Amino acid sequence: MSTGSVLISPAGIEDDDLQMTKVTFWRRLRRHRLAVAGFVVLAFIVLCAVFAPQLSPFDPTYIDPHWQGNPLPPCFVNSSQCAGHILGTDEVGRDLLSRLLFGARISLTVAFFAVVMEVVIGTILGALAGYYGGWVDYVIMRVTDVFLSIPLLPLLLVLTGIVAASSSKASLSFLTIVIIIGALSWPGVARLVRATFLSLREREFAEAARAVGNNDFRIIFRHLLPNAIAPIVVQATLDVANVIVLESTLSFLGFGIQPPTASWGNMLANAQATLEQAWWVAVLPGLCILFTVLAINYIGDGLRDALDPNMR
Amino acid sequence: MTMEATLAAPTTGALLEVKALKKYFPIHAGLFSRHVADVKAIDGVDFEIRRGETLGLVGESGSGKTTIGRVVMRLLPATSGDVSFDGRDILAMGRGDVRHLRRQMQIIFQDPYASLNPRMTVGDIVGEPLRIHNLASGKAAEDRVRDLLKLVGLRPYHANRYPHEFSGGQRQRIGVARALAVDPKFIVCDEPVSALDVSIQAQVINLLEDLQQQLGLTYLFIAHDLSVVRHISTRVAVMYVGKLVELAGRDALYENPLHPYTQALLSAIPIPDPAVEARRTRIVLKGDIPSPVDPPSGCRFHTRCPIAFERCSVEEPAFVDYGSGHFAACHWVAEHGGQAPNLANGPIVL
Repeated sequence: MSTGSVLISPAGIEDDDLQMTKVTFWRRLRRHRLAVAGFVVLAFIVLCAVFAPQLSPFDPTYIDPHWQGNPLPPCFVNSSQCAGHILGTDEVGRDLLSRLLFGARISLTVAFFAVVMEVVIGTILGALAGYYGGWVDYVIMRVTDVFLSIPLLPLLLVLTGIVAASSSKASLSFLTIVIIIGALSWPGVARLVRATFLSLREREFAEAARAVGNNDFRIIFRHLLPNAIAPIVVQATLDVANVIVLESTLSFLGFGIQPPTASWGNMLANAQATLEQAWWVAVLPGLCILFTVLAINYIGDGLRDALDPNMR
Repeated sequence: MTMEATLAAPTTGALLEVKALKKYFPIHAGLFSRHVADVKAIDGVDFEIRRGETLGLVGESGSGKTTIGRVVMRLLPATSGDVSFDGRDILAMGRGDVRHLRRQMQIIFQDPYASLNPRMTVGDIVGEPLRIHNLASGKAAEDRVRDLLKLVGLRPYHANRYPHEFSGGQRQRIGVARALAVDPKFIVCDEPVSALDVSIQAQVINLLEDLQQQLGLTYLFIAHDLSVVRHISTRVAVMYVGKLVELAGRDALYENPLHPYTQALLSAIPIPDPAVEARRTRIVLKGDIPSPVDPPSGCRFHTRCPIAFERCSVEEPAFVDYGSGHFAACHWVAEHGGQAPNLANGPIVL
C-alpha cells in the first residue's frame, strides 16, 4: 500500500465489496459442542421446573398410604412395591419425582438470584478496589477479608438466627435466603475482579481510553470490565454449584427451605437417615444437582470462549 | 483562571510551553509505607514547541522522555512547573477543562498491541472519541470513522474487525486514526514506530508526515532512534536522566552537536556504507545511565563524560542558548565560548 497517497482508497475496491459478515456471538457459541449440550440439559431442567405442576404424577406433599416406615423403591428397582411412584418415595412416603420437579423450581431460582447478587456486588466492589487502588482498595479489601475470615457456617447461623428472630414465621422466606447467600458469597468474586483489574488498569489501552477523554466510569465499565468477563463467568458458574449446596446446608441445619416444601438441598440433606436402605432418596437429587452444575459449567466455558474475540 | 486563559490565547508563536517542569515518583517502603526517596523522572525541563513543527525528543531508556509526554497530556500529574498549551495553563485545569483539552491534544502510543482494547471493534475504537465529545453520532459518526480509516491507509470495512486481526503496522494506523478522530492540533507521538519492523517504520513515519502537512498538526515526537528523529523533526531535544542537555534545530544538532552526550549518541548511529562505517569513530561511554533516584551531583553527565573537569561535579550547568536557538547545558562548552568539544579524534575516546 502506498503511503504517499493515503487519502486515496485502493483502486477498484468498493467499500461494500469486502464487507465481511460478522461472525456472531451465537454462531461462535454454537461451535462449542459441550456448551450446546449444557444448554440443552439446562433448558430441559428449566422446562421441568416451569411445568412441574403439569408433569408431576403426585402432589409433592402427598404421603402415600403404602408407605410403612421405609421409602418405597422406584419402579425400575422393584415394580411390585413401587405403588406407581416411578422414582419411588422419600423417607416419609412422598413421591420423589414430584418433589424433584418442584424442588428444581426452588433450587434453580435460589441459585440464579443468589449468584446474580453475588456477581453484581463482587464485581462492583472488586472493580472499584482494583481500579482506584489506594485507600479505596484498602477499605474494600479489609471488609472482604472480614467476610472471608469468618467461617461461613457460624456466620450463616447467626445471621439467619437474627433474621428468623425478627420475623414472625419459624422458617426463612425464599427472598431472605437469597439475600443472605448473596451477601455472604461475594468476597471471592470481589477478590478475583480486583486482581484482574489490577493488571488491566496498567495496560496501555486503559491509558489510551483516558487520553481519548473517557471518564473513570466508562473506563471501568466499558473498557476494562469486558476484558474481565471470562474469569467472572467461570467463577459465577462454579458458584451456582456452591449456592445449591449452601442452600442444602442451610436447609439441613433447619434454616433453609423447610419441608414439606421441596428443594434439592433439603431432599439431599434429609435422605441421610435412610441412606443404607434407600440409595435413591439421596442419589436422585444428587444427580439433579450434578447435571445442573455440569451443564452450567459447560455453558460457562462456551460463553467464555464465545466472548473472547481472540478465539474466533 | 479558565476564563482569562481563554481570552489570552494567542494565534502565533509557541503552541506548547514547558517551564521548569518536574515529575517525581515517590518510593514508599517499610511497614508504614514511609516516603523514602523519589524517582526524579523529570527534574527541571524547559522547552517550547512551535505551531506546525515537530520537536524530536531523544534519550536513553529511563531518561524520562515518555514521562514528559504523559505529563503534557495530563495523563500523569506534574510535581511542579508550568505547562501551557495555546496560552492556557494546563496543569491547573479542572476535570471539565481537561476533557476539552483532549479534543485538541492526542497521543499515539508506543505499543500498537497493548494500546488497542482487544474487546472493541476498530469502528468502536476510532468512533469512541466522536461520541464522548459529542462530535458526531449515528450515521455521521460511521461516515467519519470510514473517512478516518481511509485517511490512515486502511479500508472502511476494517471497522467491523477486532484489533487482533491486524498486523503491527496496521494497528498503529488504527491508533493514529483514533488520535485524529477529534481533529486535534497537537499529537504526542510516544515512540510510535519503535515496536514495528523496520520495513513498516518508514510507512508509518511517512503517514505521520503526510498527515502533518494535510492537517497542520504539531508533533512532540518521542523516540530513541536517532535516524528516525532526524528524518521527521524540525528541532531536536536530547534528554539525559531527567534533564535536557541539548536542544537545537535538526541540522544544527546533527551536524554540530555541542554536548558531549549528544556527540556520543550521534557517533553510535551506524552508517549504511561499509567503507565509511569502517572508518567511523565511535565515542564509547563508560558505565551505565545513572539512577534517577539519586542522580549525580553537578552535571548529571560528569560520571561518564570524557572531558569532565572539577567544576562539572560541583555545579549544575545552565541551559544556555549558544546562538540561533542552539541550547546546551555544558560547562566545557561555556568555558570555550560555545565551541563544540572534539571527542571524535583524540586520546579521550574511551
